[in-house]
Amino acid sequence: MRKQVPLLLTFCAGMIPIVALFVPERHVSTVSTTLDSWLIIVAGFALLLGVVNVVQMNTNKIRRKTSGWPYAVVLLAGLAIMGTFGFAGAFGGFGGIATRLDGTSTPFDWLYQNAFLPLQGTMFALLAFFMASASYRAFRARNVEATILLIAALIVMFGRIPFGEMVTKWFPLTTEWIMAKPNMAAQRGIMIGAGLGAASMALRVIVGIERSYLGLGKGE
Amino acid sequence: MPSLGTWLAAFFTLCMLSFLYKDNPFFRIAESFFAGLSLGYYIGIVANQTLKPNLVLPLADNFSANWHLLFAGGLGVMLYFRYIKRVAWVSRWALAVYVGYYVGVNMMQKLHGEVLPQVGDTMLSLSWSGIGTLWNVVMVVGVLSVLIYFYFSAEHKGAVGGISRVGIWFLMVSFGAAFGYTVMGRISLLIGRMVFLVNEWARPLIGLIT
Repeated sequence: MRKQVPLLLTFCAGMIPIVALFVPERHVSTVSTTLDSWLIIVAGFALLLGVVNVVQMNTNKIRRKTSGWPYAVVLLAGLAIMGTFGFAGAFGGFGGIATRLDGTSTPFDWLYQNAFLPLQGTMFALLAFFMASASYRAFRARNVEATILLIAALIVMFGRIPFGEMVTKWFPLTTEWIMAKPNMAAQRGIMIGAGLGAASMALRVIVGIERSYLGLGKGE
Repeated sequence: MPSLGTWLAAFFTLCMLSFLYKDNPFFRIAESFFAGLSLGYYIGIVANQTLKPNLVLPLADNFSANWHLLFAGGLGVMLYFRYIKRVAWVSRWALAVYVGYYVGVNMMQKLHGEVLPQVGDTMLSLSWSGIGTLWNVVMVVGVLSVLIYFYFSAEHKGAVGGISRVGIWFLMVSFGAAFGYTVMGRISLLIGRMVFLVNEWARPLIGLIT
């Protein structure tokens, strides 16, 4: 019962949107729409489940005083401050989570503007430096593939800045062509392949061949 | 004088940039705080944009019409049973409904929204009618060769190997374009942070000193 019922539930739940698409009948679409509105809520609970895991992991780190445990305290402090303002703000506390009507920031919005955004922006900006050093190693044009990658990257970069257009109008034109033809062809191939892969994986889950997401092995 | 918010933003920006010298406690503090803030941010967003409008408000405003949402809340709470060993198996039921429904939705979305339209758009005319036909050939050859590159049921030798090599070239062009865009995006972010540090933090500060 503990193993078969979840598999049966998966099958039934998985068949609902598929049947709803092919059977244009009011009752079927009502079931699908209702389940959809339910599972948006479940998705919210599932996301908060991740927060519980992070809290659990970091409190264990602090309790055991493993290396770097003070950083776990900082992480939990950030989570507690932003989480409290966010959760309370969502239900009307601290004036909400967005900017107030008079233009002043709520605590959640203030932290978002002055801590979250700068940290996020700088974290991603740092990658520019690492990409520069990584690209030096990757782009030494040691073979045909690396050369093609290097040329495509350079053309696209020059084609998207005013300097490139200043040098020659062919840069933006070639960039447009690369994006619309060979890039689109490769993206299409990836999309078709990934789409078929995702569909076959979905079928495996629905019919119960793939059950690792339930923590069950193949034989169980 | 820069505001408290500007000081905080400048402090965190400098902490993050300090990593360019080497890994240090300032960077680690900023990094950990960022991880915590991100999770806290999603708590606020999920509570405000998912749980409040879809569960709390409908139940509070018109309970008799929306009582069925209690089942959704119940399913959500069931996910947390995994932390109680004796009844941990109950969480599988909620997970089964959740995963089952979304793989079903995803399967139809992928097939209807991606695979079929993309296959349809690739069926281009190859009869000569100008330079456009040449680009159609590029498109068809590109899609087919990339698909063959991802086809692992046959060994990539001989004709299959040759076609898959062409597929790699197309992929390299695509990755190069993506790389170019990413680099430009990151550089633009860096410029944004530098402009902030100079214009909003350093300039008012220097103005104050002089």
